Amino acid sequence: MVTLVDLMEFQAKELFAKHGVATTLGVVAETPEAARAAAEEMGGVTVVKAQVKAGGRGKAGGVKIAKTADEAESYARDIIGMEIKGLRVNRVLVTPATPPVEEYYFSFLLDRSNRSHLCIASVEGGVEIEEVAKTNPDAVKQIRIDALEGVTPEKAAAIVDEAKFPAALRDQAIEMVQKLWKVYVEEDATLVEVNPLARLEGDKLEALDGKVSLDDNASEVRHPDHEQFEIREEADPLEAKAKDKGLNYVKLDGQVGIIGNGAGLVMSTLDVVAYAGEAHGGVKPANFLDIGGGANAQVMADGLDVIINDPQVKSVFVNVFGGITACDEVANGIKGALEILGDEESKPLVVRLDGNNVEEGRRILDELNHPLVTQVDTMDGAADKAAELAHQA
Amino acid sequence: MSIYLNKDSKIIVQGMTGGMGAKHTTLMVESGADIVGGVNARKAGTTVELGGKELPVFGTVEEAMKETGANVSVAFVPPAFTKDACIEAIDAEIPLLVVITEGVPVLDTAEVVQYLEGKSTRMIGPNCPGIITPQESLAGITPHTIAGKGPIGLVSKSGTLTYQMMYELKDYGFTTAIGIGGDPIIGTTHIDALEAFENDPETKAIVMIGEIGGDAEERAAAYIKEHVTKPVVGYVAGFTAPEGKTMGHAGAIVSGSSGTAQAKKEALEAAGVKVGKTPSETAELMRAVLKEI
Repeated sequence: MVTLVDLMEFQAKELFAKHGVATTLGVVAETPEAARAAAEEMGGVTVVKAQVKAGGRGKAGGVKIAKTADEAESYARDIIGMEIKGLRVNRVLVTPATPPVEEYYFSFLLDRSNRSHLCIASVEGGVEIEEVAKTNPDAVKQIRIDALEGVTPEKAAAIVDEAKFPAALRDQAIEMVQKLWKVYVEEDATLVEVNPLARLEGDKLEALDGKVSLDDNASEVRHPDHEQFEIREEADPLEAKAKDKGLNYVKLDGQVGIIGNGAGLVMSTLDVVAYAGEAHGGVKPANFLDIGGGANAQVMADGLDVIINDPQVKSVFVNVFGGITACDEVANGIKGALEILGDEESKPLVVRLDGNNVEEGRRILDELNHPLVTQVDTMDGAADKAAELAHQA
Repeated sequence: MSIYLNKDSKIIVQGMTGGMGAKHTTLMVESGADIVGGVNARKAGTTVELGGKELPVFGTVEEAMKETGANVSVAFVPPAFTKDACIEAIDAEIPLLVVITEGVPVLDTAEVVQYLEGKSTRMIGPNCPGIITPQESLAGITPHTIAGKGPIGLVSKSGTLTYQMMYELKDYGFTTAIGIGGDPIIGTTHIDALEAFENDPETKAIVMIGEIGGDAEERAAAYIKEHVTKPVVGYVAGFTAPEGKTMGHAGAIVSGSSGTAQAKKEALEAAGVKVGKTPSETAELMRAVLKEI
């Protein structure tokens, strides 16, 4: 699975600036005092914007225009610590206020359906583009990009003309479109969005706000510098711990811990546990954890360690289909994990093994005869048992 | 009969000498697949013994095809080199290219998929378990012991769910099972596989497995309604998954779908596809379908 890393506005703007896209970087402030200092330094009217990976910041009260440094400090005090769509705001971006004359929308993105790249452009920007797409679809131009040719100067001109950018801005827009394409291609982005793309006083075109999503696969392969964009404090502590151990873990709100192999099977396991939970007091899956192919003792122990430290978890369901990984290796992994964790592991474990070398795997666990471990042969049966145990606890 | 792969398939492995490549080449040889050699420019001219078979290593895909008559290549090359390996195989006009590699940058895949246009190669993957025609051939990492030959065609985004579903339906067996991969951009799609299964006389019914994200299942549903006369049973994983990373607002406009499991299930049901809530329920639905045929 391709994981996408969404950047915050200030990070997106750093990438814009790196590739020559006109934008104002501003100053990132983590305290109201720092916001004040930044506003003082800039002088005049400033904008204080919550930096968080969520849309609708303005509506949530996370974007304020400050006439003075005092106001900037006061707004920053309101904004830092607030929650927007469940995410805590830990920093604001302070920029000089540059009131736009007109606002446009522009993006490049991965178009899964057409297996290529797409450009979306509209001169009706600044508002929610989905709304424009609904109410005035003709104003939102969708232009397919050939993945091999990319955005040539001719293509950029065609985009600008089709979107009907004002003639006075044509040359600037063509240049900006090419630079935004450079951000998209050279940084391996799956989304580069500018909204609003603003026409400022004096017919200057500038990216006032931006959103960039990066392809994690590409970051691994050829962008070691992208690591700087990872902001750890946003992650749940258990997720951070899992990440340190190289585990593919997502914390959810439930009572049955889940360990499985393969993203599809783990997702399916969450569903089966949720259905089973309906008959057991409504217990739900507590997490997503895909241990992939190599289910050795250490990986299993790391996974179990993360899950049992989730105070909400009352039982754990280990669901493995031995494809390439043989079930006896998995069983030995569980055995080893229990040895590594010792008394730390105190929650009931329901194990379902199937597939490659299943008899040997089941025999190892039978022989282990661990008081916390229950084996169930089917996925549905095991989910039911795990839900029952979580409900009883 | 089967689709894309059969007992006459001659398979080469790009990246055969690497860790993953060697391990799975061994398993493919043991499954009875006709593995005829491998490609590694630095080890050209040598041979490697895998699964009890002495396999020649060639410098290029073109040379390997010329010397062995290979018509399938399975790629295990690292993600940084996958694009070049694919282009090489496509230029050599290999009829079937199966890309197992996980972690390929999506921009690279987009280029390869664009490059495929108008070419003679069919690509499956990347990031997939590959394709198996039980008791005939295996091009990929699906364990050949799960299920035998039978009347069901299977197409799935997920590897382990492919295995799970084959296991659930091992009492009937499969013509061919394909894992197309879960990356945002892939070569062979659900629709391609559905079309091939529809045209395969031995496939009596099709099981299609999807996952949250994108709109491939919705598009497949529309295709089924128009073009597929054989019974299709579906399963979608991820009903209880939280909303994942979204691709900004623009993504939703393009796909015209929320990408949720529920939306996919509804689209499939509207096309006459029976959709199971769990893998075992899906298998039961398939059994009921097969009993009626």
